[in-house]
Amino acid sequence: MSSPRRSAVLSGAHFMDGNHAACEGAIAAGANFAAGYPITPSTEIVERFASRAPLVGATFLQMEDELASSIAILGAAWGGAKAFTVTSGPGFSLMMEHIGFAAMTETPCVFVNVQRGGPSTGLPTLPAQADMMQARWGSHGDYEIIALCPNSPQECFNLMIDAFNFSEQYRNPVLLMMDESVGHMTEKVVIPPADQIDIIPRRYTSKAPSEYLPFKPASDDVPEMARVGEGYHFHVTGLTHDEHGYPSMEWQTQEALVGRLVGKIRAHADDLTRTEEKQLEDAEIVLVAYGISSRVALWALQKAREEGLRVGLLRPIVVWPFPEKRIRELAQRVKAFVVVELNYGQMVREVERAAAGRARTILVPHAGGAVHPPESIVKVLREVGS
Amino acid sequence: MSVMVPFNPVEPFLRSERMPHIWCSGCGIGTTVNCFARALAESKLPLDKVAIVSGIGCTGRVAGYLNLDSFHTTHGRAIPFATGLKLANPELTVVVYSGDGDLIAIGGNHFIHAARRNVDIKVICINNFIYGMTGGQVAPTTPVGATATTAPYGCFERPFNLPYLAESSGAVYVARWTAYHVRYIAHSMAEALRKKGFSFIEILAPCPTLYQRRNKLGDGLETMRYYKQHSVIRHGANTRDLNLDFQGEITLGKFVDIERPTLQQTMGQRFRQVLRERYAG
Repeated sequence: MSSPRRSAVLSGAHFMDGNHAACEGAIAAGANFAAGYPITPSTEIVERFASRAPLVGATFLQMEDELASSIAILGAAWGGAKAFTVTSGPGFSLMMEHIGFAAMTETPCVFVNVQRGGPSTGLPTLPAQADMMQARWGSHGDYEIIALCPNSPQECFNLMIDAFNFSEQYRNPVLLMMDESVGHMTEKVVIPPADQIDIIPRRYTSKAPSEYLPFKPASDDVPEMARVGEGYHFHVTGLTHDEHGYPSMEWQTQEALVGRLVGKIRAHADDLTRTEEKQLEDAEIVLVAYGISSRVALWALQKAREEGLRVGLLRPIVVWPFPEKRIRELAQRVKAFVVVELNYGQMVREVERAAAGRARTILVPHAGGAVHPPESIVKVLREVGS
Repeated sequence: MSVMVPFNPVEPFLRSERMPHIWCSGCGIGTTVNCFARALAESKLPLDKVAIVSGIGCTGRVAGYLNLDSFHTTHGRAIPFATGLKLANPELTVVVYSGDGDLIAIGGNHFIHAARRNVDIKVICINNFIYGMTGGQVAPTTPVGATATTAPYGCFERPFNLPYLAESSGAVYVARWTAYHVRYIAHSMAEALRKKGFSFIEILAPCPTLYQRRNKLGDGLETMRYYKQHSVIRHGANTRDLNLDFQGEITLGKFVDIERPTLQQTMGQRFRQVLRERYAG
C-alpha cells in the first residue's frame, strides 16, 4: 500500500456532483492519464480532468472516438501510467473490443460508464441501468470483469479509488457503472487526507529480464508486470499466448490462459463481494437494488415497514462478480426477492439464478428516463407480502 | 569438422526463438524487417528505449518478431495505443509497424488525427494492396482494375494516395519505397527514427500468394523486377502526384521532411504559458 501525492488530493468537504467526485476519486487514486471522447451524461468527468491534469502532473487527451480513447489508455498503462476513460451507452458499445483486449493482456485500467437510456442513442440526458449485462458480457470470448455501482457522489469518489486498486491487484479492467442520476446528483463529498487513502501499487517484477516470464502467474494467478523501456523486451498480444507472451494456437495454451484469466477473478469472488444491507435481520422480502435505484428502493422499504411489511434491502456495491453467495444464503430464509432496476430485467437474472427456486424473484422493471415511482415498488411489496 | 556460421548482423534485433516466421516465401514484409533492424543499428538508439506497436494482419505480426518491448494490439488501433504509450513514457521511441488495411482502412481515422496532432511516433506502413491474412480481400489501397476475392471483377474504387494523405494530415516526414529498395528503406527508417514528430514511410511490398497470383503478376521475384524497372526516385515530389495505377509507374523518394512542434511540445508550451508555475508537467 502507498498513498497518493498530497498536493493532488483535494482533502476536505465539498459539495459536488457524482461526475466531479468520480474525477477526484481518479486523481486521488493516482490516475495520471485519461483519454476520452465527449458523450452525455459523462462529459463532466473528463472536463474536470482536463482542467486538473496539468496541475497534478497528469495527461488528458481528447481522442477522435471511443475506439481510440479506450486503447490509448491501454497504451498509457503499459507506458507506466494509471489510466482511465469515461463514456456512456453508445461509446461503451464502441469500447467493448478493448475491454476484452485489456482482459486478455491483463492491463490494469478503469472504464467509467455513466449509464443513460438506450438502446442506440436512446435518452442521452436521462438515467438508465441497462448496460449491466453488457458490462459483464459485452466483449467477445470468455473473461471475467469487476464492476462497481455507486449510489451517491461520495461513493463515486470512494469506488473510483477501489476500481483502480482492484485493477492493479488483479490486473484486470474494472468498470465503474454509474448512472445519469448519480452522475448529476450534487451532495456532500468528503475527500480524506492523502495519507488516509490506500493505493495498491502496480505489481512490477523484481526479477531480472533473464529470469522473467511476462505471463507466468504468481501464487494468486496474477502475473507481475515489467516496466517498459527497462530491457525486458516483453511481448504483449491479444492473441492466445503462453507464459512468454508469445502467440500459440494450441488448445492447451488456450485452456491454460482462459482458465487462469477467469479463475483469477472467480477464486477471489468472496474477497471482491461488497454489499450494503438494511433491515435484513427479520426480512421476509428482500429488495435488491443498486445505483440510483437503491435510493428509491430504500424509500419504498421505509414506506412498506410503516405498513408492517417485513422488508429489507440488499445493495450490491460490487455488482460483478455478483454477490451470489449472499443471495443463496438469504434464499434459505426469505420469501421473495424484489429486484428494482432501471431496465427490463438484467441483474434480476442473477438473483433468480442464485435463489435457485428457494425464494420467489420478482422484477420491478423500468425502461429508464426517470427513476421508479416509489409507489410502484411499494405496490409490488404489498402484493408479495400479502 | 566444424561449420563456420557467419555472423548475421540482424540477429540481435530478432527473437530468433520465434523463427520460422509466418510470412509466405516472396512476401516483402520480412525484407522490410531486415531493413528496420539495420536502421536500428544505424540509429544507435538504445534498444531498451525503442518500443514497437503493431495492429492486426500479416504486417501486424512484425512486433512479435522484434527483440524489443513489443505490442500486438487490436485491428486498426496501433496508432492510438502508441499515442498513449508515448504520452505516458516520453523517453521511448515508439514505432508503429502495420499494414495498409490496418492503418488506412479500419485505422484511417486514427492515422489522420495522429498526423494532425503530430504525435511523436514513426509509422511504417507495408502496403501490399490487399488484405493478406484474411485471404486477399480488396483494400482502400487496391489499384483500380486489380482483382481481389471481394472485388472479383476488379476494383472500381479510387485508392488512397498515402503520402498525400499523410502530408495533408500533418506528417513531418513522408517517404515511399518498395521492398526492392532495401538500402533506401533502411536509410529512410533511420532518418525517421531520429526525426521528432509524426513520421510516415510507405513501403510497397509483394503479396505473391494473394495479390500477385490472383492478378497473374508472377511471383515475388517477378514483382521485384517490376519495382526495379517501373520505379522513379523523385525526392521532394509533390505528394498530389503520387497516385498508384495498376502496374503503372511508381514514384519513390522522400517527399516531406519539415519541422513542426510535436503534440507534447505544443501541450507543454500551452500549459507553461497559461498556467506558469502552477503547471506540474
